[in-house]
Amino acid sequence: MDSRRSLRTVIDPKVRQVGFFAPPERTNSGQTEPISASSSSSPPVTEISPSGNSLSPVMIPPPRHSSDSRPVPVVPNPHSPLRRESIAAGSSYNPSDFFPPTMSPTAPSSFAGRVGVGYGGEYTDDVVVSSPGRAVRGSSVKASAASSLPSGGFDLRALRASSVPASELTTVSTVVKLPPGIADKAGGASGGVQNDRPANSKPAKERSTKAERRALQEAQRAAKAAAKAEGSKLPASATSAVNVKPAKATRAPSQKNDSISVAASEKKAGDRLPDKDRKKDVPQPRMQYDDKSRVEKAKRRAMVNQTEATNRVELFRHLPQYEHGTQLPDLESKFFQLGPVHPAVYKVGLQYLSGDISGGNARCIAMLQAFQEAIKDYSTPPEKSLSRDLTTKISSYVSFLIECRPLSISMGNAIRFLKSRIAKLPLTLSESEAKALLQSDIDRFISEKIILADKVIVKHAVTKIRDGDFLLTYGSSSAVEMILLHAHELGRQFQVVVVDSRPKLEGQLLLRRLVEKGLKCTYTHINAVSYIMHEVTRVFLGASSVLSNGTVYSRVGTACVAMVAHAFRVPVLVCCEAYKFHERVQLDSICSNELGDPDAISKVPGREETNCLDDCAKSEKSTKGEKLQYLNLIYDATPSDYISMIITDYGMVPPTSVPVIVREYRREHLWI
Amino acid sequence: MWWRSASFILDKQHQDDAASSSKLETLSLSPPPHSSSMAAEAFQNPNSNPKISAYYQTRAAHHAVVTSDWLAQAQAAVGRYPEDQAPPEADGPTGSEPEKPFSVIDEFNNWRKQPDLAEAVAAIRALAAVIRASEATTMMELEIELKKASDSLKSSDTTSISLTAGCDLFMRYVTRTSALEYEEFNSAKSRLIERAEKFGEISYKARRIIAMLSQDFIFDGCTILVHGFSRVVFEVLKTAAQSKKLFRVFCTEGRPDRTGLRLSNELAKLDVPVKLLIDSAVAYTMDEVDMVFVGADGVVESGGIINMMGTYQIALVAHSMNKPVYVAAESYKFARLYPLDQKDMAPALRPIDFGVPIPSKVEVERSARDYTPPQYLTLLFTDLGVLTPSVVSDELIQLYL
Repeated sequence: MDSRRSLRTVIDPKVRQVGFFAPPERTNSGQTEPISASSSSSPPVTEISPSGNSLSPVMIPPPRHSSDSRPVPVVPNPHSPLRRESIAAGSSYNPSDFFPPTMSPTAPSSFAGRVGVGYGGEYTDDVVVSSPGRAVRGSSVKASAASSLPSGGFDLRALRASSVPASELTTVSTVVKLPPGIADKAGGASGGVQNDRPANSKPAKERSTKAERRALQEAQRAAKAAAKAEGSKLPASATSAVNVKPAKATRAPSQKNDSISVAASEKKAGDRLPDKDRKKDVPQPRMQYDDKSRVEKAKRRAMVNQTEATNRVELFRHLPQYEHGTQLPDLESKFFQLGPVHPAVYKVGLQYLSGDISGGNARCIAMLQAFQEAIKDYSTPPEKSLSRDLTTKISSYVSFLIECRPLSISMGNAIRFLKSRIAKLPLTLSESEAKALLQSDIDRFISEKIILADKVIVKHAVTKIRDGDFLLTYGSSSAVEMILLHAHELGRQFQVVVVDSRPKLEGQLLLRRLVEKGLKCTYTHINAVSYIMHEVTRVFLGASSVLSNGTVYSRVGTACVAMVAHAFRVPVLVCCEAYKFHERVQLDSICSNELGDPDAISKVPGREETNCLDDCAKSEKSTKGEKLQYLNLIYDATPSDYISMIITDYGMVPPTSVPVIVREYRREHLWI
Repeated sequence: MWWRSASFILDKQHQDDAASSSKLETLSLSPPPHSSSMAAEAFQNPNSNPKISAYYQTRAAHHAVVTSDWLAQAQAAVGRYPEDQAPPEADGPTGSEPEKPFSVIDEFNNWRKQPDLAEAVAAIRALAAVIRASEATTMMELEIELKKASDSLKSSDTTSISLTAGCDLFMRYVTRTSALEYEEFNSAKSRLIERAEKFGEISYKARRIIAMLSQDFIFDGCTILVHGFSRVVFEVLKTAAQSKKLFRVFCTEGRPDRTGLRLSNELAKLDVPVKLLIDSAVAYTMDEVDMVFVGADGVVESGGIINMMGTYQIALVAHSMNKPVYVAAESYKFARLYPLDQKDMAPALRPIDFGVPIPSKVEVERSARDYTPPQYLTLLFTDLGVLTPSVVSDELIQLYL
């Protein structure tokens, strides 16, 4: 056994040889390793650590706008080149340094920081250190790009047209061609950068803790205020960071050692990677909305002025809750003003706000397409580099979207993907090429990770539907709908129970579509689920996300349905695309959730007279008003015990295998 | 389906009516696209009755104490479908036989008849024979040929999980070994054949590894319950006996092919104290049992196992009495299947001998295997190590994706 386990580290995991393979061959496959390693795993992919991402999809972070971020300059500074570089490294390295320390680290700015520019990783350090050079190169390239812009723009449009997800097969084949070259280039580029690194290494700032960062921020702000003192302050902050460094340095080797056995079996892409992954693992605190001072500060920066709901449930005070429907007209009127947010993104944000777009996949696709538009119209401002400026841009868009509605985990993953792509753009690309590349990347993400994944899920799930089955589904999941329709097309004889719940009643839409296609349906509310369950043979559920302990994070009520099904020993099948998997672990649905419109609970649509609770709730300041609080949760967490199987684009797996997929494929998610 | 509420009895009747009218066309639709070649191969299959599982027949022939009335019963069972009984010789000349002098399935069945050879080994040897007989000149052609052969082999006996897993493993080796692509064709071909030849040895080695691993779990004075005859479990017990461990074995009878009798014979030869139980006495004796040892026909993605009928109930009883259930299975039995419940597998039937004639109106449950969900299993002993059930999926994902 021991020999077997240790040998495994040598073998390329993708052609892992179980049982059947003889020891001699192992050496053989070891020989082939370099080939596969160089082709399949390229260093840059692995350097972004998704595990470090602690962006909470359901939190509203304090917003950050380009109006804020624009003033973040590479500090104008007439000193020697060396000095200039160090300042650039220090400041750009961590854009949020320029924001008030109260800013929540979960904000998209920090997200940007992690993925694009990076807080603490060596990788990001590489990028940043080389960035002055890059900026120079970028600007020199830009001049030529500007002259050749018309043709570039044309290409770009053609590319877009060809890769519309509707015609998957051709698109995918054309699109799939792209990455190797890109990968090679990126790998080469970053490799070169890494080689440069020891020479001009500037490691002092990279590994500061939050407190030190804050100290640094304060120092820098002070430096800015007293502009003359700037020259002396910065070295001071640098030395303070240097003091931190030795401790980290001593810790790093041990981390490396114990992680090598793990990491080597994972990927042998580079021995520097694993400890990098680990260093970013430190979770960052989320924005807690019961912290008044922080909320105040966050609000000052907000562009969508949401009014806080009054009567809030004590247990959920840490979640943002706003009066619904108050700010929409105001925002709509601003649509035609020239704001910092791209109109396409603005539109999508309003659609989120009004609830016109809902559902994990739909929201994610809408967001990505809006970003695509924004990238198309983007042009790098003078004296900035595309990768960094675009990242800040995207971050500001994201924070706008979050103000409209908290991100879903799927969107968080998609944003992470986009930012990692931007960060890894080869330096040699001209602006138009880079933009075209990004747009095609987005198209590829949509078609491969969402549309094709759904097709694969349908293919797998249909094998579990037999003639005479009685299937139950809850709410309205696009994947489940496709499965049911496909099984019906195949001529399977089965019936569907659509279980629904107030206040959204999404099941009715699903029911309408199913009945139109001729399926035999039963419609009931969740109150009756225990009654109907013993006739049911399979439960199909959608999911907003699957967390790595197998917990399914989904529309509120799912846990209830799954629990009842488990009690009746009915298999529960969860259909979820792998891009929605997340490495976070969550044990309950309290600590992170989304609050919906509280009034929706008391109101019955179409029957305004049945609002007998209104006088209780609305009479503000009265004792009654304080005693009645509405809680309208959007999501809940289903423990993995209740789940029989998760159907994903990698096949049908037990919930215990979610971390395996996250571990084996997260790089691929970022890379495609 | 088990309809518990009255309203569905009506529905079921509706469905039955609909089903009986549509049955004919669904039957004609069901075979896979390459049905012409399938039909030809079906004739070559000695076990031409598709309802009887060839895999379990072979097992019975290898491990069972076969009585004469069992044979008579089997004959009668096969006799119920006289239209399938056409002897292969009669169809050979008229069918596609002359154009196809070599048949994987014949080859496979030859290998399969050897009692010590695992099913997957037989499959891979048959595929090696395909490579040898092949006239392909490029790797691509050979791959296509192999793919065809393995598909027909798999469809010849859908009930055998290790056959499917063996074919998949070998195909995976062929398609994914990048070394093969850079080699000259002939050397690649000989490498493949060599690999296939080695597989038998590997399978034997796997059994030895499992036996060694499981020694730590067998302590002096323990009582082990085993079900049916499994080569791996026998190897485990034999190794334990040879290393002078003192333990007692309870063997179930293993109806209907009585494989337990054979195991008890073999163990008695090794001077291990054996007690034979009828299958229904499992719960009665579970108090005295310290651990349950079973083999597996297949280990599925969920970490559960598919094994001879009766394993599930033994696991349930053991679970409810907090006794550990250990499974001994080679890693080539890992299959990318995910049954949700007992009926979620392709049916594998076999004839059952009740000793007395059964009236025709009485239905007989003839399934040969059941599925034991992972929550009732404690550990799996495989040549990859001692695994918890949830690791199986990990291994499968790494192997097949």
